[in-house]
Amino acid sequence: MFSLSELLGKPVILAFYPADFSPTCGDQIGLYNEVLPEFQKFGAELLGISVDGPWCHAAFAKARNLHFRLLSDFEPKGAVARQYGVYRAADGISERALFVIGKDGVITWSYLSPIRENPGADGILEALENLPK
Amino acid sequence: MAKLKVPVSPDDHVQGSDNAEVTLVEYGDYECHDCGLAYSIVKQVQKHFGTRLRFVFRNFPLTKVHPHAESAAETAEFAGAHKKFWEMHDLLFEKQDRLGDAFFSELAGKLELSPAELNQALESNKFAARVRAEFSDGVRSGVNRTPTFFLNGDRYDGPVEFTDLVSAIDKAVATARHP
Repeated sequence: MFSLSELLGKPVILAFYPADFSPTCGDQIGLYNEVLPEFQKFGAELLGISVDGPWCHAAFAKARNLHFRLLSDFEPKGAVARQYGVYRAADGISERALFVIGKDGVITWSYLSPIRENPGADGILEALENLPK
Repeated sequence: MAKLKVPVSPDDHVQGSDNAEVTLVEYGDYECHDCGLAYSIVKQVQKHFGTRLRFVFRNFPLTKVHPHAESAAETAEFAGAHKKFWEMHDLLFEKQDRLGDAFFSELAGKLELSPAELNQALESNKFAARVRAEFSDGVRSGVNRTPTFFLNGDRYDGPVEFTDLVSAIDKAVATARHP
């Protein structure tokens, strides 16, 4: 079990994505893995979250050499995504949705991406820049 | 729509005239398969438009999945410092399956550059800051995959195929003439 309150005091990027193992070159998670040093300049912690189970996440993280945490919204399935209003019940997966949460635990920015489109990291970086210092 | 945040400048690697009607900027990775496919398509597109098109290449190495992407980018920049960027760029994309230190040395020799100097540049990360700056600017501009193209500053999200690129460029030419 993981609670966001453990990260109070630092900005958090919460990235909901539909599933592990999408093609590499256009992959959002792979991109964020590369951009990680830029996020870290803001002292921010990046968390990926999908309905995949922990073993799937472990295999994905190993295959893609990921350097940040992936959370498993697996049981009860999609419960966290539902709380954030980004669960696609008909498909059984979450939307591709981004949240930037300030040090105080309050969401300051969010973005719902078309599901097939990699939203990139420009919006996240701008939101981190706009956080109160 | 995502916009190119850093305009083309004299620091860029540019093919074509500054007076060209359309500028195509690519953010690419020498080890990326799709960039390899795009390489020959861009060549055809350049041939098709001739002097009407200006082409710019910027580095966007996905280093966590492509172990040779960073050193390939730095090798091209090393050649660039000796005014041989495009020769190296082409050689790297033409033999993507051979990327690695031995091959980089071989290419340096082929372009009459010093392999020893290249090795030293790679070991001291002489060109790493430039590569990182381009990557970082790319992220800010909304680069979300490799390759990502910008046409006159607007991100091109269409298929990277000859006919699609040609028609997008034709459209950009028309807009540039009659804004």
